[in-house]
Amino acid sequence: MSSLWTRCNNCQRILYKEDILDNHSVCPECAFHFRLSASEWLAMLYDDGQFDVCDHEIKPQDPLNFVDSQPYHKRLADNQRKTSLPEAVVNGLGTIGGMRVAVSALDFAFMGGSMGSVVGEKITRAAERALAEKIPFIIVSCSGGARMQEGALSLMQMVKTSAALGRLEKAGLPFFSVLADPTTGGVTASFAMLGNLNIAEPNALIGFAGPRVIEQTIKEKLPKGFQRSEFLLSHGMIDEVVPRKNLRPYLVRALRLFLNKSA
Amino acid sequence: MTKPEDFYALEKPIAALKEQIDALLLAGEPGFKEKVAALRLEIETEWQKLQPRLIPSQIVQVARHPKRPLTLEYINALMTDFMEMHGDRRFGDDPALVAGLAFYKGQTVAVMGHQKGRTTRERIDRNFGQMNPEGYRKAYRVFREAEKFGFPVITFIDTQGAYPGIGAEERGQAEAIAFNLKVMSGLRVPIVCVIIGEGGSGGALGIGVGDQILMLENAYYSVISPEGCAAILWKDQSAVQQAAENLHIRAADLLKLGVIDKIIPEPPGGAHIDPETTFKNTDKIVHQTLTKLKAKTADDLVDERYAKFRKMGVYVVS
Repeated sequence: MSSLWTRCNNCQRILYKEDILDNHSVCPECAFHFRLSASEWLAMLYDDGQFDVCDHEIKPQDPLNFVDSQPYHKRLADNQRKTSLPEAVVNGLGTIGGMRVAVSALDFAFMGGSMGSVVGEKITRAAERALAEKIPFIIVSCSGGARMQEGALSLMQMVKTSAALGRLEKAGLPFFSVLADPTTGGVTASFAMLGNLNIAEPNALIGFAGPRVIEQTIKEKLPKGFQRSEFLLSHGMIDEVVPRKNLRPYLVRALRLFLNKSA
Repeated sequence: MTKPEDFYALEKPIAALKEQIDALLLAGEPGFKEKVAALRLEIETEWQKLQPRLIPSQIVQVARHPKRPLTLEYINALMTDFMEMHGDRRFGDDPALVAGLAFYKGQTVAVMGHQKGRTTRERIDRNFGQMNPEGYRKAYRVFREAEKFGFPVITFIDTQGAYPGIGAEERGQAEAIAFNLKVMSGLRVPIVCVIIGEGGSGGALGIGVGDQILMLENAYYSVISPEGCAAILWKDQSAVQQAAENLHIRAADLLKLGVIDKIIPEPPGGAHIDPETTFKNTDKIVHQTLTKLKAKTADDLVDERYAKFRKMGVYVVS
């Protein structure tokens, strides 16, 4: 297949790549939302796709000398090469609808967007930067959860990030959580569920435990649509399911309302 | 790879000595004290041989030992007048978490912990200490009461993890845990957390944010169970031993990583061989810890707690 064409993972139709890109990486035929990289998220949300990248100099270590099928330090190097990113999150700073906002976006291509020390540190720094500048904060989550290869240090990032959001809240600054497919485990059980608004993309898998773990525990088939955005909306866990093409205008309106700035 | 021996097989000589002690204590015949003391020495000798050889996956078995002391036993040993509070006022009551008020050294404290249950019946009723969202929300209620009335909080942690069930997801397991992390981080009273057995991931952390994190010598604390980690990273259930080793889940490892603050020593043979000594050791360190924390102002407590978790993690800036 020529590089001009691609296949939709959902409806299997062959599509012209340009058409997908013009449509915010959403399948024009079936509305399937293709996964975005962190940089694509930031470019899509910020005004004119313009933003400064912050905290790029923070890089991971292998504190436990963790070795599974390969050593963790090698896995890190491979993922850095593959994604051209130092870690699984990119911190941005810029304006959305003319309002200055800090945005952190997780990148699933880097070890499943998992949260180890660096992701925790960068999210915390972004929250603290928002606090210092008195500006709103947005996190786009797309993550399998806490990173096992950093053991309990990863677990502690859940506290660190949640504590930082607590300070933001105390200062009266809004925090919005955007949930993309998938968001599970320690990321859901920390910052991703703590938004003043929790907003999800259509049909995203969002949960604490993974569906397979639940199936094995209860030894039953899971109901249709379980742990999908629409399921969370109907159970009161999120504020809205927002298709990607509506997300930026939605966030501009939300920022205006929370900041008490009518157009 | 050959499967390492079960801790339960390894501890047989110690368990046999412990049975003799129990029989002597029960009979209470003249001279029993000397005999018990001699047997305790024998246990100590056996333990000194065994303990250095124990690998992390065997420590996990000590932490899960069916006779290991449970939260309610700690509460009853350390405190008086425990008054249990039930329910989250929203959905229901979660028997996997006991919570309420009690007197500790003559002062009211809010106390809570995972309760696994001892008998099969009780274990099932308490869902093996695996909490549902209403449990975390009950904990939240008790945190708020503690803050309102100025009571210190003591939590006992002993869970495989938060319950992975359909209802738990429907009612927002992740949100319930996340919310507690935020609330505990900013709570304006002292919080002491004691990991007494299993520190299973987010399920433990949901009541595990404190000014001081204490941990029993043979407890474990991990981002994921060794079994779960083996299944995901090794795609092999028999890799539990490697997973346990790589995860650095023992108290001594976590002290070095700065995840916990102090190790509470266990008696020879482990906590289950001599619960009385376990309670005494726990009491001593909890009391010391709480005394220091009570001298601080609420602002200092909250700032220092933030700073403590703020610095956790290992990375480079280059």
